[in-house]
Amino acid sequence: MGTTMEKQPQTAPETVDPTVAAAEATVPMVKYTDVKKSFGDLEVLHGINLEMAAGEKIAIIGPSGSGKTTLGRMLMTLDHPTSGTIEVEGEHLWHMERKGKLVPANEKHLHMMRTKIGMVFQHFNLFPHMKVINNVTEAPVKVLGLSKEEAHDRAVEMLRKVGLEEKLDVYPAKLSGGQKQRVAIARALVMRPKVMVFDEVTSALDPELVGEVLEVIKEIADEGEMAMMLITHEMDFAREVADRVVFGADGLIVEQGPPEQIFENPQSERLQTFLRRIK
Amino acid sequence: MIDYWLEWMPLLWKGTVSTAQVTVLSAALALLLAALTGICRLSKFRLIRGLALVYVLTFRGIALLVLLFWIYYVLPYMNIELSKTMAAVLALGLNYGAFGSEIVRSSILAVPQGQWEAARALNMTPAQRMFRIIFPQALIRMIPPFNNLMIELLKASSLLFFIGMTDLVYQADVLRGLYLQQSTQLYATLLVIYFILASMISYSARLLERKLSAGRL
Repeated sequence: MGTTMEKQPQTAPETVDPTVAAAEATVPMVKYTDVKKSFGDLEVLHGINLEMAAGEKIAIIGPSGSGKTTLGRMLMTLDHPTSGTIEVEGEHLWHMERKGKLVPANEKHLHMMRTKIGMVFQHFNLFPHMKVINNVTEAPVKVLGLSKEEAHDRAVEMLRKVGLEEKLDVYPAKLSGGQKQRVAIARALVMRPKVMVFDEVTSALDPELVGEVLEVIKEIADEGEMAMMLITHEMDFAREVADRVVFGADGLIVEQGPPEQIFENPQSERLQTFLRRIK
Repeated sequence: MIDYWLEWMPLLWKGTVSTAQVTVLSAALALLLAALTGICRLSKFRLIRGLALVYVLTFRGIALLVLLFWIYYVLPYMNIELSKTMAAVLALGLNYGAFGSEIVRSSILAVPQGQWEAARALNMTPAQRMFRIIFPQALIRMIPPFNNLMIELLKASSLLFFIGMTDLVYQADVLRGLYLQQSTQLYATLLVIYFILASMISYSARLLERKLSAGRL
């Protein structure tokens, strides 16, 4: 089943129509349109409009309870929006078209869309019953349909990238928090998503282990190919890695802009207060 | 005393084999039904969930001995005739499978939500999430309660005496008729045999638990 998902129709036109190329270039990698989210009676997101370009790195910052994580979880199809739409590369994520109408997406559609998205979690969520190498090869074999050898090679390459190639045959229980998170990053990277959500990936780590994880993410960001949504409390990290910083509070995007502008010259009072408090 | 034991040994051994045989077969059926209906209880399809729930409520709520009599004495009136062993395995399997179903369901639900989410984020299908990620983790949680349940099943097999199955209790009863004066020793021996059988179940469960959790803790 998984193998068929990989075979995207290939179009190789001899000449590229400049208008088509321009239109394609402007299609955002991710687009939230008036997205609202409620849990029971509590509305946590009040209408989010946000775009991410291909390869763009955005940092989402804001006080606890501002809905940052929910934003990322909706992109990873873990929480569905109460209203509004999310598009990935111009295709609806939570909806699909049937007879010209938008209807809720079925599992097949979500499965197809998830091939473009990856996520690293705050609490790692490694599979404790599998060794490190199997944590990383499981999805490539079962979902992408790669051969075991191919998946193994790809997994080793990713584990080398995060500096853990000597831990292949170790169970997650034997790793430090920082190592676990680096395996989780390798596990998500091996699927080669076009956009990756990093959800407060250092929040559950001891302070001395934060650096090694952020270093790995910086290296990935420097490669530049993948769009990244960094939901974070690490302001220095956000400033260093992100192309754009989005400040959310009380379920709304209050301010966004380049890191220098957000941190040096905040416009809204809400952001000014937030930055004062965390200093 | 040793002389008595030597005289009782052939019959008690026969009974032990019969009890062990029925216990193993019933346990296999119970585990199969428990896994199947425990997973079905979590299905997104209401009909499947409903059928599994009806099974659990029905067979958990029926007295085992009555169920046994039904299968062995009543079904023949409906032209369904089963051997004693078949009737015993069916009654014990159905009854203990219903209890086991709850163990499977609760063990699956006890696997942290983050595991489901990680599997979904890696784009696994619902079946892959369940059978590659969740169920193997739930399995370790199931072992201690299943250990208790299987010991209960072993002990409940003594009820098979009432349909005339030549199990351990039946053979002891035959011997009691011949050795009335030694009833105390005879039934003490019976207690010890059941204790040994139960200990073997516990030991196997511990081995399995150790094997499945090797390196993970």
